[in-house]
Amino acid sequence: MEHTHIISVLVLNKPGVLQRIAGLFTRRWYNISSITVGPTDISGISRMTIVVKGDDKILEQVEKQLNKLIEVIKVSDLKCNECVERELCLIKIHAPNESEKSQIIQYANIFRGKIVDVSPESLTVEITGDVDKINAFISLVKPIGIKEIARTGLTAMMRGPKILKSNKSK
Amino acid sequence: MKGAEAIIKSLQCENVDIIFGYPGGALLPFYDALYDSDLIHILTRHEQAAAHAADGYARVSGKVGICVGTSGPGATNLVTGVATAYSDSSPIIALTGQVSTKLIGNDAFQEIDALGIFMPIVKHNFQIQKTEEIPEIFKAAFKIATTGRPGPVHIDLPKDVQENELDIEKYPIPADVELIGYKPHLKGHPKQIKRALDCIGKSERPVIIAGGGVILSNAHNELLKFAEMMNIPVCTTLMGKGAINENHPLSLGMVGMHGKKVANMAVSECDLLIAIGCRFSDRITGDISTFAPNAKIIHIDIDPAEIGKNVDVDVPIVGDAKIVLNKMIGMGENFKPKNDEWLSHLYSLKKGCIPKMDYNDVPIKPQRIVKEIMNVIEQLKIEKNTIITTDVGQNQMWMAHYFKTHMPRSFISSGGLGTMGFGFPASIGVKFAKPDSKVLCITGDGGFMMNSQELGTIADYNIPVVICIFDNRTLGMVYQWQNLFYGKRQCSVNFGDTPDFVKLAESYGIKANRITKPEDINEGLKEAILSDEPYLLDFIIDPAEALCMVPPGGTICEIIEPVREHPNEKPVCFDEIVRRLKEKENLRNNPNNK
Repeated sequence: MEHTHIISVLVLNKPGVLQRIAGLFTRRWYNISSITVGPTDISGISRMTIVVKGDDKILEQVEKQLNKLIEVIKVSDLKCNECVERELCLIKIHAPNESEKSQIIQYANIFRGKIVDVSPESLTVEITGDVDKINAFISLVKPIGIKEIARTGLTAMMRGPKILKSNKSK
Repeated sequence: MKGAEAIIKSLQCENVDIIFGYPGGALLPFYDALYDSDLIHILTRHEQAAAHAADGYARVSGKVGICVGTSGPGATNLVTGVATAYSDSSPIIALTGQVSTKLIGNDAFQEIDALGIFMPIVKHNFQIQKTEEIPEIFKAAFKIATTGRPGPVHIDLPKDVQENELDIEKYPIPADVELIGYKPHLKGHPKQIKRALDCIGKSERPVIIAGGGVILSNAHNELLKFAEMMNIPVCTTLMGKGAINENHPLSLGMVGMHGKKVANMAVSECDLLIAIGCRFSDRITGDISTFAPNAKIIHIDIDPAEIGKNVDVDVPIVGDAKIVLNKMIGMGENFKPKNDEWLSHLYSLKKGCIPKMDYNDVPIKPQRIVKEIMNVIEQLKIEKNTIITTDVGQNQMWMAHYFKTHMPRSFISSGGLGTMGFGFPASIGVKFAKPDSKVLCITGDGGFMMNSQELGTIADYNIPVVICIFDNRTLGMVYQWQNLFYGKRQCSVNFGDTPDFVKLAESYGIKANRITKPEDINEGLKEAILSDEPYLLDFIIDPAEALCMVPPGGTICEIIEPVREHPNEKPVCFDEIVRRLKEKENLRNNPNNK
């Protein structure tokens, strides 16, 4: 059965590492929904969060193939109900009238979003949350008229005190 | 010292004595440093041949093969050879020149994104951006190439990095280098090994499939000891040919698409399949849903990603074949299976499947050539001293199916990638790795023509390899498939009458002989092998002769006969082609004028 999986990967921050990982996914036809990457608290090590669609057998192969890469230090499948997932979304919404503008502001407040830009014809809202929350906000403002969306893709972290770290200390 | 000198020192520190390559502008500093060193460089006539030679060297010696190509087209010419090594887990290191770091990214002369191009076909690759990184990166490259599941590593060397000075005292060659993200598991989990032995003890129809991993691990002695101790028959994949002496009573031969009937039947009927160092490629399994349908599967492999990738496994064991087999031998005394009936069944099946090889037909049947090769090896008593390289296609499968190997690292073939043009240049690397062995390159006319320019290399250095061309003037394997699966619609598989291979060899000053009658094969081979000189034998074989096979996606116990059809493509000459092209162009430009 196909599921969505969130995989956290610690990688050495060497030139080309993003290409290595993306290339692996392309040539093995793994279905990526999103990839995010950013620095960690340890210099020289970055953290990637990859959202993959597939059944358990595919997920097992994804983890094993990632582990084969020399620059991958640690791979972890984050169980969805045991992790905090967050994405940031910027949405530019068509709002030439006061009524539209005020409706958007109301929605933004309900979703604890922020207005980050305003012009005579548009409002740009910043929303942070899990995928469902962002999708819900997008569906809500769609009838008003979405001009542009920029989403970061998901990042995630396990709940509780356990951390993702390499087996060897650096 | 200059970066280039440090590169050579780093290679020599890893016991590299010989490299195969082709120079160019971006490698001038490297070749200048080579001038002063005692590292031996073999100049091939194409970078692809240098890569295949390095690969052949590595497969036979177990050491790392080194190939060198310049930037741009030199690097892209290495690609096929490196991909060949990658598919068969062969430890080579490919060094490519690159334009100066100041020019990278500006589309300079002979610049190419070598890092990006090699990335998917190597175990890992590096681009050295500072001269002081050379010692550490080379150390890491060798470690990666040779440990765990071996594989090629690529290093891109910008010209200024080769030219700049390096303080070797400040940046010495390290004794070892730590790779945080890389820790191969070699030992095999004791619980899993115990589970495997339990399964073996309870089985009544066990079979071992030995793959290339057994040979890479140098585990042939352990395989034999284990098989004899447990009395379990052994078949091999193409890459595993040589893991067991194929004359041994427990040997079933090669399994798979062009495998032996008894091996395929054994795998299909077994109740326990012990796969060691094998990756269950589609050539072995056929249709996975009908593969070994009644068997529990034990999979021993050093690469955890191979376990469960193609075939569902009951007992996975991640570990080095030699180490795991030793453990199983140590613990296996009380787990011997009761399989006498199974063994008798397989022996009688084997007896009933002895292939006919002593054909006297003209044109020669390729089976007869394989038979005579084996006869000559026996008559000259060089069983322990002969290494075969093959090219790809029918020539490869005739050898793989009919030729009986005696030892590991004696049957060198491009299995995973199936690269035509591999056999001949690989034989060059093989001969340098084992100069006291007799090296026979078995190739088709198509594959030979892909790297025939290396006749220059063997002539120049006087490298005594014997080239045996199975000459049917067709692209045999494709031709066979077109006859069988595409209603004999032969398209683009006919090579015509050129060249005269004997005259071609002689133009390089190489001795050559054309053999058209079966009674001349034995003498022809003996003369070539005993001459101890480079030698080409052109065997004119029957183009209609083809191999039995398991159709793609078929069940491996259902082997079908080929369709034996003569070449029926009509040749078209240049003038006729130009006439047709002009006609088409006219119609396109004047659609109303018919």
